[in-house]
Amino acid sequence: MTEYSPLLSVKGLGVEFRTRRGVARVLDDVGFELHRGQTLGVVGESGCGKSVTALAVMQLISQPPGRITGGEVRFDGRDLLQFSESEMRRVRGNRISMIFQEPMTSLNPAYTVGDQIAEAVRLHEGLSKAASLARAVEMLDAVGIPAAAQRLHEYPHQFSGGMRQRVMIAMALACKPDVLIADEPTTALDVTVQAQIFDLIADMRERTGTAVMLITHDMGAIAEMADRVVVMYAGRIVEAGAVRDILSAPQHPYTRGLIACAPGRRTVAPGQPLEEIPGTVPSLLERDAGCLFANRCAKVMPRCRAELPPVTTQAGGHQVACWLNQETSA
Amino acid sequence: MAVTVPSPTPTVEAMSPWLEAWRVFRSNKAAMLGLVILSVIVLTMSFGPSLYGVAPFDIAGAPFTPPFTEPSVWLGTDYLGRDVLAGVLVGGRATVLVGLAAATVAVTIGVSIGALAGYFGGWVDTALSRVTELFQVLPALLFAMVLVTLFTPSLTVVIFAIGIVAWTGTARLARAEFMRLRHLEYANAARAIGAGPLRLMLREILPNALPPLIVSATLIVGSAILFEAGLSFLGLSDANVMSWGLMIGSNRRNILECWWAVTFPGAAIFLTVLAVSLIGDGLNDAFNPKLHLR
Repeated sequence: MTEYSPLLSVKGLGVEFRTRRGVARVLDDVGFELHRGQTLGVVGESGCGKSVTALAVMQLISQPPGRITGGEVRFDGRDLLQFSESEMRRVRGNRISMIFQEPMTSLNPAYTVGDQIAEAVRLHEGLSKAASLARAVEMLDAVGIPAAAQRLHEYPHQFSGGMRQRVMIAMALACKPDVLIADEPTTALDVTVQAQIFDLIADMRERTGTAVMLITHDMGAIAEMADRVVVMYAGRIVEAGAVRDILSAPQHPYTRGLIACAPGRRTVAPGQPLEEIPGTVPSLLERDAGCLFANRCAKVMPRCRAELPPVTTQAGGHQVACWLNQETSA
Repeated sequence: MAVTVPSPTPTVEAMSPWLEAWRVFRSNKAAMLGLVILSVIVLTMSFGPSLYGVAPFDIAGAPFTPPFTEPSVWLGTDYLGRDVLAGVLVGGRATVLVGLAAATVAVTIGVSIGALAGYFGGWVDTALSRVTELFQVLPALLFAMVLVTLFTPSLTVVIFAIGIVAWTGTARLARAEFMRLRHLEYANAARAIGAGPLRLMLREILPNALPPLIVSATLIVGSAILFEAGLSFLGLSDANVMSWGLMIGSNRRNILECWWAVTFPGAAIFLTVLAVSLIGDGLNDAFNPKLHLR
């Protein structure tokens, strides 16, 4: 494969969920690329489709009620959406791994952490029990768990939240995957531990060359970790580009709002409230014709409510879907 | 650079959930009493007959010999002059064996059906739940009797007949547990490392569903023993294999003049079922330590 072709390329991905009250379009025309060794940040509020995007890439959406309505997920030149379930099983954990937001419940309480990491290795590489346990020690050591050889035989309840997330990372990276999808890996953790986990992910990326898709709503983490950023809103990508461009020159009012909301980026005087984006993510059941952000946007124009803004691409691959941008660039 | 966190305080010794449960179980006096009674019963059954050396179907003395009168037949004899003590010692083997084997059959059927229904959901669940309900509404003892009479009564037939009428509760329990556990994060995490449905069911979900299933299996052992006794009492068991139920059944007409021939096997059944129930209760408490915090 050529150097320029991305490792993971998603195009026009759509996902719906059938609910009692109708069909919700959870993802609509989502597309992005992830290159080897890169970190792609995916940001947005809760319920905007970040996790569903990750699950769709892994083909872990329960169907029904979910359904992938179209698009392609090209990984290493092949479309994962065309894979059979058993082909997908060989990809999961082996070439694409995922860590979840709840380290407290993501480990099976019935097995020692060593068994669980070794299990992932045995599943894909067919190693012996001893060899896979040796790899588990190696991985626990690599993710910074002290006395790894002893802690191998401990149960998840003997680990703290941050340590469990380290174990999850060890498990996800045990088979040296090409892509690591981290779905809000620090949401459930203490602030001090959050930084450690981000450092660890960055460190592991350096050492293994794994590409990372980092789903988060922590703009600070994005600034530190990501090479490129995708901003999602209500199941659509509203802005995408290099991390510098997005953070220093955000074009979409939603992205600006997100950055303004992040505490610590701009010092807020004591007693002053943090900024917020008014309103909430709209229901995905009944969507209007226009821009989905129109009802919360400070700069809304009549056109925004009538038509969905097209994506425009600027220098450096900075993409924005906003009428405002259309007006200025036209 | 490798990022390490400062090493934490030395942890308490690694304790598996099973060891933890055993610790709670051990401190439960009633449950330990049950365990002791059951151990004594099992040991007596295993070694008693060969030590005692009297065959249960042999004529050992005059019919209707009351207990504690003749040293050679301590617990007396029945209407045919058979030694009641020999019967009690040997009869436990068939009764407990049938109880255990029938419970195994019931739990195997129940867990398989419940696991498939709970894991896959949808039409699989609907179909299997209807089948479970169908078996549930049939009167159990009558159904078991029909099954036994359809074939030549033998221990195997009795075991399967009891197994087939006793699995429904376990199936419903397993279904509920699998439904709850299949959506937990660690099941998803296992899917994300490439585990298939069989692996998920057997390795990820089943071990976590085991505690309530073990409790229910224990209680099934108790009820299977009672079932076996009931079938033997009605003469629907292997007449060539001595069992407690058979003893009670064959002596029931002489209950007034020969109370001992039914009382001792009856007491044996009572003690065994009591011990099994105490153990089941203890296991239930051991697996749900939160119940104690009320």
